[in-house]
Amino acid sequence: MATTVAPQPEVRQAPPRAGARPPAGHRLGRWVSDHLLLGAGILVLGYLFLPIGYVVLLSFNQPESRQDYEFNTFTLANWRSPCRPDGLCESLVTSLEIGFLATVGSTMLGTLMAFALVRHGFRGRSTANLLIFLPMATPEVVMGSSLLALFVAAGYGGVLGFWTILIAHVMFCMSFVVVTVKARLAGLDSRLEQAAMDLYATEWQTFRRITLPLVLPGIIAASLLAFSLSFDDFIVTNFNAGRTVTFPVFVWSAAQRGIPPHVNVIGTLMFVVAFSVVVAGELRRRRSR
Amino acid sequence: MSLAAEVGPAGPTPARQPARSRSRRSRRTALLLLAPGALWLLVFFALPTVQLAATSLYDPSGSLETGYALTFHWQNYLDVLAVYRDQFLRSFLYAGIATVLALLLGYPLAYAIAFKSGRWKNLMLVLVIAPFFTSFLLRTLAWQAILADNGFVVDSLKAVGLVPTDGRLLATPVAVVTGLTYNFLPFMTLPLYASLEKIDHRLVEAAHDLYSSAFTAFRKVTLPLSMPGLVAGTLLTFIPAAGDYINAELLGTPKEYMIGNVIQSSFLVRLDFPQAAALSFLLMIAILVLVMAYVRRAGTEELV
Repeated sequence: MATTVAPQPEVRQAPPRAGARPPAGHRLGRWVSDHLLLGAGILVLGYLFLPIGYVVLLSFNQPESRQDYEFNTFTLANWRSPCRPDGLCESLVTSLEIGFLATVGSTMLGTLMAFALVRHGFRGRSTANLLIFLPMATPEVVMGSSLLALFVAAGYGGVLGFWTILIAHVMFCMSFVVVTVKARLAGLDSRLEQAAMDLYATEWQTFRRITLPLVLPGIIAASLLAFSLSFDDFIVTNFNAGRTVTFPVFVWSAAQRGIPPHVNVIGTLMFVVAFSVVVAGELRRRRSR
Repeated sequence: MSLAAEVGPAGPTPARQPARSRSRRSRRTALLLLAPGALWLLVFFALPTVQLAATSLYDPSGSLETGYALTFHWQNYLDVLAVYRDQFLRSFLYAGIATVLALLLGYPLAYAIAFKSGRWKNLMLVLVIAPFFTSFLLRTLAWQAILADNGFVVDSLKAVGLVPTDGRLLATPVAVVTGLTYNFLPFMTLPLYASLEKIDHRLVEAAHDLYSSAFTAFRKVTLPLSMPGLVAGTLLTFIPAAGDYINAELLGTPKEYMIGNVIQSSFLVRLDFPQAAALSFLLMIAILVLVMAYVRRAGTEELV
């Protein structure tokens, strides 16, 4: 990857002709496509980053009034006491708890399903695939509202809260886990397992020593994805939360009254933590190669 | 590269035929592995959908306290269509525009990452998913600040005459579509990247050798080969955008409300379950029909 000096080799590979120089139009086209496209890509990345910059900026803001979104005065006060607004840090803890449990649940159930789908042939397989695909193709507002309709019809309308949120999160995270683990499993060379079996490993030993380590990166990726889906979910949660307040629910209801800048401190911290996790993972992956 | 696989739908998985002698045991293991997850999805995804359909046919004269009677009151559907037709059409209009915009922004980005980024490839990929690192709601709220009436965006657009001097961006359809495009852009970019990245570059070179212009090579080779990513990306953008109510709520006014806003307030504020369920079910059916028609036209059925 490090050795790619993109444009030159491709130009040289053009059919050699006497005194051949690519026509000016082509050279211009190539320059444009190389630089303009990269520039356009960087601009689009800028668009993606603009709001994040604002979140960081607003975390240092001291707003004049509750409905004021302009940057007034620089202050560190929000950073010194991020938990100051009532219920903010409690909601964060609730979100972390639900995120953790939903990750564990959906990763276990989803990984098992992925193994069944890739490793075994059985009737009803396409039905199972459809059942896994549909939650990803259904708008969240439909999933959230139909779960609410079910809970209410079953007489659980009064106990909406932590556990109903968790049930919902495990449900919609699972499909993403299955897809991610499946992709990893499908790309796995099954001859490695056959080799282990040929060397008299039992099925369990083969699984423990060969299959699991090879699939593990997929499982880890899937669980990170599940956590971020659960942690950031608002729409499905809002339908099934009852009085329980997760971090997104807190932000939503605060937004109706004017948002305290401390929320942006939490947002910035979340960004820093997640970014570090991903970069650290990438660095480790590179070193182990 | 693994990043793209994490979010986009994976490609087709080759079916592996187990040895015939072991097939019965294999089938039993498969069912054991499948059962817990499948049961969860049946009880908490399929069953609720059935319940939603049933709720949409309840007699609307009931209430949450007194209970509802299932009377197959099809009139609910005609009622909600009569009252909320505008919000329905607006949802599909806004989601459609946002999807096209996301494609116009996401394609060059995915192309640049796949072919032009050199050793910055992984960094750029991380940057594409970086918005997920902080809360969706906070980012949308940040757009409130960015598009605010005296923010720099409105000021500079006024300076070049793109926004009239007394005009505004916040609380307009423009703001809602901007927010939708922004929020779902990574879902467009990642599958596109995954498709583009797989393209064998020699095919493009072959097109050039056969004297095609850069544009023709793109149109006849690169674009068709990236179709699976394009289909997946547009679906991953359009579906959540059509059901979204956060952008319309935070960046728009009731005049920009989409069907999601109506569903949310019918369920949680007005507590009119039959109507709310009818709306929700209609949205699901409408999206399924659109998606199926689209997938059939695009000719890619390898989505799962």
